[in-house]
Amino acid sequence: MDRNINVLIVDDYRTMLRIIRNLLKQLDFNNVDEATDGQEALAKLRAGNFGLVISDWNMAPMTGLDLLKEVRADARLKQIPFIMITAESKTENVIAAKQAGVSNYIVKPFNAETLREKIEKVMVHA
Amino acid sequence: MPDGTPTGPEEDRIEAAVRAVLMSMAGDLTAKEAALLAEFEALGRTIARAKAEIAQLAVDDITGAHIPSATDELDAIVGHTAQATNEILDCCETLERLEAEVPAAAAATLQGAVTRIYEACSFQDITGQRIGKVVAALKAIESRVAAAVASASGRAASAEPEARPRTEGEELANGPQLPASASSQAEIDRLLASFD
Repeated sequence: MDRNINVLIVDDYRTMLRIIRNLLKQLDFNNVDEATDGQEALAKLRAGNFGLVISDWNMAPMTGLDLLKEVRADARLKQIPFIMITAESKTENVIAAKQAGVSNYIVKPFNAETLREKIEKVMVHA
Repeated sequence: MPDGTPTGPEEDRIEAAVRAVLMSMAGDLTAKEAALLAEFEALGRTIARAKAEIAQLAVDDITGAHIPSATDELDAIVGHTAQATNEILDCCETLERLEAEVPAAAAATLQGAVTRIYEACSFQDITGQRIGKVVAALKAIESRVAAAVASASGRAASAEPEARPRTEGEELANGPQLPASASSQAEIDRLLASFD
């Protein structure tokens, strides 16, 4: 697994961005950028070269699900592994995310081991 | 009004309507019908009184002071917990920098402890989202109270801005579920695996 890829983390809570960034650093992912909503994330994805997106769901003005749909509809971005990491834990949310093409789904609160396991799983299939 | 109840335009209208009905039925009224009409009149007075009481609610206190004050307090809670969480994260990052300077076993123990603190700090996101749901509920109550008072006092309620259609992501954004109804990671993993 290439740990030098650029990772984009998306969350409207800055403390959560900081926590995920620090956990990624422990996993040796050091090229990490941040966005605080789907719209900002989409602009960064289109401008950059990212190998993994880790996104929250509940954000404005663009949610994580809507970001995922934009990513999957974009020919240049559609192959990027996309992990949803969210407090939305209803079955309908998981189904909607899966239908939109999510690579994996982590429910908050989560632990570092779950994050490691899901990243490894999606990167193997990338 | 014979019972001395304060009268208003609404009550005057009801009384006039009841009187008109009674006069039109003069001479033809049975005892049962008269009792029924008296009940209608009493009912009309009760409704008019209730509407007057709703119209006199101190709605400006609710919408101008109580709810904004409550939402400000809740916003302050989110701000304080974010500040405290950032202090904790500062300390964690300091401890992580020390890992290079201590023996390997101690560094591993240190990192394990720091990781657990990171995991625990995610409470700030969850509590923030829960408080956000409470603020939204308070704002909905504020809006409904204002609409009920406007309707009871005959004023036109202020028009709600026309909402744009919500995306699927917005429709499904409900925030954290209560522990009893939330799915676990294992349940979500099983659900995802069922698609493969």
